[in-house]
Amino acid sequence: MPLAVVIILLVVATIIFHFASPWWFTPIASNWGAIDTTVNITIWVTGVVFIAVNLFLAYVIVKYRHKDDGRAHYEPENTKLEVWLTSITALGVAAMLAPGLFVWADFVNVPEDAAEVEVVGQQWRWSYRFPGADGVFGSTDIPNMSVDNPFGISPDDPAGQDDILVNDNTVHVPLNKPIKFLLRSKDVLHDFAVAEFRVKMDLVPGMVTYIWLTPTKTGTYDILCEELCGMAHYAMRGAVVVNEENEFDSWLSEQPTFAQTVARPVGDPVAGQAFFAVCAACHGPQGEGNLALNAPKTAGQEGWYIKKQINSFKSGFRGAHKDDIYGLQMAPMAAILVDENAIDNVIAYINTLPDNPPETSVTGDAARGEKLYTTCAACHGRQGQGIWSQDAPRLAGMTDWYLVQQLKNFKAGVRGDHASDFQGRQMALLSLMLKDEQAIHDIVAYINTL
Amino acid sequence: MAYVAIADRDHEHHLHDPQTFITKYIWSQDHKVIAIQYGITAISVGVLAMILSAMMRLQLAFPDVFSFITPNNYYQFVTMHGMIMVIYLLTALFLGGFGNFLIPLMCGARDMVFPYVNMLSFWVYLLSVIILMASFFVPGGPTGAGWTLYPPQSILPGTPGTDWGILFMLISLAVFIVAFTMGGLNYVTTVLQARCRGMTLMRMPLSVWGIFVATILGLLAFPALLVSAVMMILDKTIGTSFFIPAVLSMGESLDHLGGSPILFQHLFWFFGHPEVYIVALPAFGIISDLISTHARKNIFGYRMMVWAIVAIGALSFVVWAHHMYVSGMNPYFGFFFATTTLIIAIPTAIKVYNWVLTLWQGNIRFTVPMMFAIGFIFTFTHGGLTGLFLGNVTVDLPLSDTYFVVGHFHMVMGVSPVLAVFGAIYHWFPKISGRMFNETLGKWHFWLTFLGTYSIYLPMHYLGILGVPRRYYANGITDFIPESAQTMNVGITIAALLVAVVQIIFFVNIIWSLRNGKKADSNPWGATTLEWQTPDTPPKHGNWGPELPVVYRWAYDYSVPGQSLDFIPQTEPHHGHDSVDDEDKDKK
Amino acid sequence: MHMSTLLIALLTAVIIGVFLVRHLTAKPWLTVSQPDDIGPLQIPALKVGLWAFFACITSLFALFITAYLMRMDPNHASDWYTISKPGILWLNTGVLVISSLAMQWARNAEKSENIGGLKTALAVGGLFALAFLGGQLIAWQQLKNSSYFDIANPAVGFFYLLTAVHGLHLIGGMYVWGKTCFRTWRRTTIEKGRLSIELCTVYWHYLLLVWFILFGLLLST
Repeated sequence: MPLAVVIILLVVATIIFHFASPWWFTPIASNWGAIDTTVNITIWVTGVVFIAVNLFLAYVIVKYRHKDDGRAHYEPENTKLEVWLTSITALGVAAMLAPGLFVWADFVNVPEDAAEVEVVGQQWRWSYRFPGADGVFGSTDIPNMSVDNPFGISPDDPAGQDDILVNDNTVHVPLNKPIKFLLRSKDVLHDFAVAEFRVKMDLVPGMVTYIWLTPTKTGTYDILCEELCGMAHYAMRGAVVVNEENEFDSWLSEQPTFAQTVARPVGDPVAGQAFFAVCAACHGPQGEGNLALNAPKTAGQEGWYIKKQINSFKSGFRGAHKDDIYGLQMAPMAAILVDENAIDNVIAYINTLPDNPPETSVTGDAARGEKLYTTCAACHGRQGQGIWSQDAPRLAGMTDWYLVQQLKNFKAGVRGDHASDFQGRQMALLSLMLKDEQAIHDIVAYINTL
Repeated sequence: MAYVAIADRDHEHHLHDPQTFITKYIWSQDHKVIAIQYGITAISVGVLAMILSAMMRLQLAFPDVFSFITPNNYYQFVTMHGMIMVIYLLTALFLGGFGNFLIPLMCGARDMVFPYVNMLSFWVYLLSVIILMASFFVPGGPTGAGWTLYPPQSILPGTPGTDWGILFMLISLAVFIVAFTMGGLNYVTTVLQARCRGMTLMRMPLSVWGIFVATILGLLAFPALLVSAVMMILDKTIGTSFFIPAVLSMGESLDHLGGSPILFQHLFWFFGHPEVYIVALPAFGIISDLISTHARKNIFGYRMMVWAIVAIGALSFVVWAHHMYVSGMNPYFGFFFATTTLIIAIPTAIKVYNWVLTLWQGNIRFTVPMMFAIGFIFTFTHGGLTGLFLGNVTVDLPLSDTYFVVGHFHMVMGVSPVLAVFGAIYHWFPKISGRMFNETLGKWHFWLTFLGTYSIYLPMHYLGILGVPRRYYANGITDFIPESAQTMNVGITIAALLVAVVQIIFFVNIIWSLRNGKKADSNPWGATTLEWQTPDTPPKHGNWGPELPVVYRWAYDYSVPGQSLDFIPQTEPHHGHDSVDDEDKDKK
Repeated sequence: MHMSTLLIALLTAVIIGVFLVRHLTAKPWLTVSQPDDIGPLQIPALKVGLWAFFACITSLFALFITAYLMRMDPNHASDWYTISKPGILWLNTGVLVISSLAMQWARNAEKSENIGGLKTALAVGGLFALAFLGGQLIAWQQLKNSSYFDIANPAVGFFYLLTAVHGLHLIGGMYVWGKTCFRTWRRTTIEKGRLSIELCTVYWHYLLLVWFILFGLLLST
């Protein structure tokens, strides 16, 4: 008897929960409203069955509970009833399946006039490519990939020259136009999923998969990777920005083509030396860093990373938070380097500086730090050497108190809080694993041994 | 020389005859002892896996607190929890545990037909468990690739445990498959060959049917796991390119050129889908028997129930790619697999209807096993219905890899079968141990577990609809996941921890009852099936005493009109007919 | 290639279904025993066990073959380079045929109670099976030393894999052969011995059939 009451209460509670819960699909921003409709049909059919079966169950439990003079009925089978139930079930199943298959047919057949954008996934970030004026993507190959050619585009393929490269986690797409996302992975399985778009698909290395959709609302939408791709799977974030057409066009025109990235002049260390005099005031004449002035060692750091950080300071990803004292100082410094060439020159000069191990000042339990470091090694390398393809800078042999400061900044949201700074946001998410200051000291103490 | 059925040449049958403590209880070939060995081992690793899940939930609810739960550890917990629960607990317990105990007893046999191989199967299973546990202690720790072990990530750097953990996992699985095959051949052959006189296939109780068909599924499906495991071992150790295409790993372009990650997924799920039915079908069969016994009513539509078990088993081989709708496989496959998947819902639904129709016009006693069985119906209905969302290819698009999937599979694999296991243990406890369990503790255990598990998994579905992804160490900041989702996470964690702690009641009950429980009759529930008709309780070695039983009727003669008792055991002849079955007249 | 998987699955399902469904129309609650319903099969348990095992390993080999065919699919097989198969494989095939023939001879000798012949046949059967295994190892060496050896080439990977799996099953068979020899030389009851030799022989023929299929597959691709 109480069991029947509980079952009825659970059914009622489930229904109430369904309607009262704040957790439902996010408002849709694409043309795939038909998916939502199919879901609703499924909810109705399954909901009716759930309620009917369980209410009948509750009724049966009450009515046929054991009574002293009671006796069960003996009926091995009732073919008519069973056939009837089977037919109704089959009808319900068909009612759910049919719309599902129709919508799937729409999904499988990409409209002829759909524009194309390629989404490149890797451990643990996104980048994008547009086909450019010729409308054709250049061929790519893994062996072609390097710091200077992260997309791996074949230099011999003419179709690739005008490909527009977006080496960033954010991509823009135009409103109200069907667009086919071609999905490519450099390493392992990933999944491109935007909740507001409803559709998603895995990225499979060795092949190109796709989804298509028509964005119907402007806005910025998070991309979440939804296929376990390693340790930082949860921190692989990006964004799709849906723009009106003119804004999209202007954004696209600001992105470099492959030919332009190849044609960029090599940095000139002599010219860079002149600029570096400014930096040396804090970072030291050999780029060795200076504790008193809170400037880290730059000599020996990966050039692409220094470039990225300078650009971060310039764009406000870094050095804009009110609590980021030293970052606030760096921002105007970075502004001195007015363009790409200037940055390249300075980096070319830094690359000539001697790489001497700095003094260590951080103390901690290196053995414990070693255990913690296994997570970091996935990006920064087992020797802390940095890995270009993971966008992870060198840690070993660099300034230890600076590492501590940055980890604290990430944890506190002082660094990596800018909505579009996905690399920073990723580090912020990863820094969550260091629960307290001791953990930070331990891990840096270990890095000092590398 | 004409073939003589095993049951008929009982006198010549040289049964193993253990004398020492070691041969009776350790290196035992007795199916009942082996069943208990399987049961204890499976439940022990299951408890470990439950602790791992508690740690996962702690991280999700309180992301800033537990410093020993790093992202690497978290994914290792996720993987080991999943693999242990599905394979080393559920499969081993239903087939190795319940299969071993019930099949010979319910079929009227003295033991399995290959008792030595049966004994070996347990020790090889134990070995596979030891190898798996060893992976916790190797450099790099156990694999963190998810229980699905997808390549390339499972064997490339960036995932925890790719040095040694993954190898230990794959080797452990291969060893398990050997153990399972040895056991499986026993179960299948015993059901086909060693039934006693009069026990035709259609007179077998549904518990046996469920385990029997599940074993056939296993014999045909586990090879797929073995194939994928072996190929992955080779990819990892000697550098073959079965699954690894051209990839850039840690900045280096590897030697592989053309492997197919999707090939692994096809192989894995060709095993993986029948696997869930290997877990579900024995549960279905057992629930049918629990309900009919405790409602004093024949199972409604026995023939349809048997056909449904067979149909589900057969269909389970053609639905696998519903786990791969967003895998990047040929999208046209989506049409086929969505259709087959929704078709398999039909025999499954019929089973649910028939359970409820068995209760209808019954005489229901609210014993602890019955309560668990009703809890099973409620939760399995919910879980089966959410499966219809995921099976429908279009609806799967937004829901794949979200918490909706986690909620669904826990409901159908974690909650319902576990409720069935508890119900089964309480039901057969008097037969296995000769004592009754404590009813009050059993009821508390039921209520807290049933309500607790529903509270854990119902809300999860809604987090999934919202779009909260699965296998995330932390959600961080997104533009669409509200604060309330994190609050819900805390609620789910608290429920999960409570349910975990509540299981102590179960263990206390079992252990207390083993020592102090009231002595049980040989048939306290008044059940018709053969295992309750043994001359001794617990059954002694050889089960039946000097003479094997003879069966005259099906397994569900409850509340037969015109009979004073509300059940008739299968061994009771029909009065007014000869006491020997018609078909045996020639043999006499 | 997914078709072949589907086909195998369907075939299996149909076989099981047909077998069981034909007999599942009985109404077991009726008092008269039903002729349709199945009692225990009129086959020795060991034989049923072996055939169940055959179903299992057929599934295993069918899946390996399906994986092979799927991997060869042009979409992925850009890295598949045909290799020249080691010549000794032909000799090995012949050796395995002789081994099977010897086992068949053993079976016939058992039937006609020719103990001497039985012992010789068993010895020859086992010896040639060992020779086959040895020959396979030589084939492995030959491929390793040849210019075709590139472990990343799936043709190479599958060559080793398929021959290894087949070989392992043959080694398992050798264990049963060993027990059979032991029994024969010690001579226990006729019944037990006959069944053991019969099943050994069937197993040998099965593995020969599997080898023909695998070898044919390797040759044709």
